[in-house]
Amino acid sequence: MSERILNLLEPSAVRLHSAAQDKTEVLTELGNLLFQTGYVRESFVEAALQRESQMPTGLPLEGKYNAAIPHTECEHVLKPGLALATLTKPVIFQNMIQPEEGVPVQLVILMALDQPKSQVEMLQEIAGVLQNALVIEKLMEARDFQDIQKAFT
Amino acid sequence: MAQPKRILVACGTAIATSTVVAMAIEEALKARGIDVVTRQCKAAEVKSLMSGYDLIVTTTPVPKDIGIPVIQTLAFLTGIGKEAVIEDIVKALQA
Repeated sequence: MSERILNLLEPSAVRLHSAAQDKTEVLTELGNLLFQTGYVRESFVEAALQRESQMPTGLPLEGKYNAAIPHTECEHVLKPGLALATLTKPVIFQNMIQPEEGVPVQLVILMALDQPKSQVEMLQEIAGVLQNALVIEKLMEARDFQDIQKAFT
Repeated sequence: MAQPKRILVACGTAIATSTVVAMAIEEALKARGIDVVTRQCKAAEVKSLMSGYDLIVTTTPVPKDIGIPVIQTLAFLTGIGKEAVIEDIVKALQA
């Protein structure tokens, strides 16, 4: 169902049941993993943090869990990839639509995008996943990368 | 034949969310037999690009009262209230 997400999701950039205390910690951890695995430039983490503070990406969802989809300008990206974290305790991201409002987030999908046009289908799949409470629950319960693969298939 | 309506789709960086929203709007309106042309932009570019557009759909706050209807929504990302937003878009285009 979500092959394109799986193709771009870097297994070494998946953190399950992370104990991150705030959005900066989870963003930095995921961003560094994408840097170490060669998807992004060193400037990516700082750019994503800055972008998040100006244009937040917290998304209140219909189910039990809320998500955030941080990303930043293409110039910091070497090749397209995704990092994903599930959090044991929610951290506050600001709401994309109402930046003054905080959203408790437990699923973070950090997106390194270089040419959005060629990644439209992947982006649509992510939007589809966010709208599917069952997939989100499976992701939240996942204990290893195989569980993540199953959640997406 | 009527000209297709033009919709400017804005988000923070014009990378991710506006791409999803623009595709979703085109599909939803096509399904209703309405032809639209969309263009993505950054929220900060709305004022300089809005001339000639019939509607602005955005995921992040943009200036209001700019003479063109603005619909701010996350429905195409979260699914919450999607049908109602599509109705709002159709109405705004018919106005």
